[in-house]
Amino acid sequence: MLYQLGLILRGLPWTILITAVSLLIGCILGYPIMLGRNARSLPVRLVSIAFISLIRAVPPLVWLFIIFFGVGTGAFSMSPLTAALIGLGLIAATNMAEIYRGGLISIHHGQWEAAQALNLGGAHTFRDVIAPQMFRVALPSSATYAIGLMKDTAIASTIGVPELAYQGARLTQETFQGLKVFGMVGLIYILLSLPIAWLSRRADLYLRAKVAR
Amino acid sequence: MNALLQGATWDDFTSWLPDLWSGFVLSIEVTIASLAVGLPLGLALALGVQTKAMLLRGICLAVVEIGRGAPALVLLQFIYFGLPSAGLPLTSFVSATIALGWSTGAYTSEIIRAGLDSVPGGHKEAVSALGLSRMDGLRYVILPQGLRVAVPALLGFSILVFQASSLCFTIALPELISRAYEIGTNTFFYFPALATAGLFYVAICMPASFLVSYVEHRAGAYAVR
Repeated sequence: MLYQLGLILRGLPWTILITAVSLLIGCILGYPIMLGRNARSLPVRLVSIAFISLIRAVPPLVWLFIIFFGVGTGAFSMSPLTAALIGLGLIAATNMAEIYRGGLISIHHGQWEAAQALNLGGAHTFRDVIAPQMFRVALPSSATYAIGLMKDTAIASTIGVPELAYQGARLTQETFQGLKVFGMVGLIYILLSLPIAWLSRRADLYLRAKVAR
Repeated sequence: MNALLQGATWDDFTSWLPDLWSGFVLSIEVTIASLAVGLPLGLALALGVQTKAMLLRGICLAVVEIGRGAPALVLLQFIYFGLPSAGLPLTSFVSATIALGWSTGAYTSEIIRAGLDSVPGGHKEAVSALGLSRMDGLRYVILPQGLRVAVPALLGFSILVFQASSLCFTIALPELISRAYEIGTNTFFYFPALATAGLFYVAICMPASFLVSYVEHRAGAYAVR
């Protein structure tokens, strides 16, 4: 039992790596996508909406297959890890863009007016007044999404990234004890979501305390 | 683009369509079966986690937390590879229905619970003031109002269930993606075959999600009042 747990846990660093890197890609790329989604020019906005809808309309598994098997065998080959990071990173980016947008919408109109009254320029207003509040509002939903993304990384096992679900599947093929093995795998995923939830609650409290007057 | 298409011709595409179509139909069937299992389960779990009976509440909570906490892929493999080792062999379609139904039930129970919570407390008091039994109160007062609030979110989740049906690839169910992958291995036209399968998903999910955001918008106006 402990021995099997050890074998499964070899996948843990991979799960954490994929989650962290694709979340990072998503947090960074999500910002320009959100800006495009809210752009004043209609073509930019339409292209952004089309991009977001396209990425979200196709299941993550299908994206990973298209990237790994489709692009990988055709245009240029890549490792399963790279394919997983590109695929999940893109998916995370569109979801983060929508989360940022949710934060942006929640900001009171008076903030824009106040910035205008103070004669701040457009970029200045956004960077120093709107964006800090937007990120703070977006934090809880980002954390919820991070947990969802962590569970989505299980899909990377289908293209051969040796993470938790992959180790579980391999161990099941060797031992035929699927109930026990996948029970442990599922439990590890549930346990993994606890520290993320805890961290987000701490960060939220900290940021709230910072702006509370 | 040529590097991606790998010289697949129009005739190749049309020759794949019957295969992909039957996979697509199976994907839809899995989705409908999962929703048919999951939505009633979600309602039962939503009521179960609010019941006063400790044991029942504990069981419902565990079912919800495991269903939401573990990835759908792991649930799927847990049922498909796990239950046979416990002496209960299942076909991949049945396993898929159980696993995705479980996941659906766990998620929708939270959606439905939020909907039921949105019914004003006064209505529950009015139910007991009128001497309605608990069942009648639910049936005629609470559910009709609470479920209406939950509808847009449930529709949105149904799209996700359809997308999750692609996970059934891992348990050898010949759904859309399995077919596309099979075409890929037979012909080496991986990108064209998988991208065509992707277009099936786009054709369903994109209009559906626009429809859901429209319904959400309309329902939002109703709920704000």
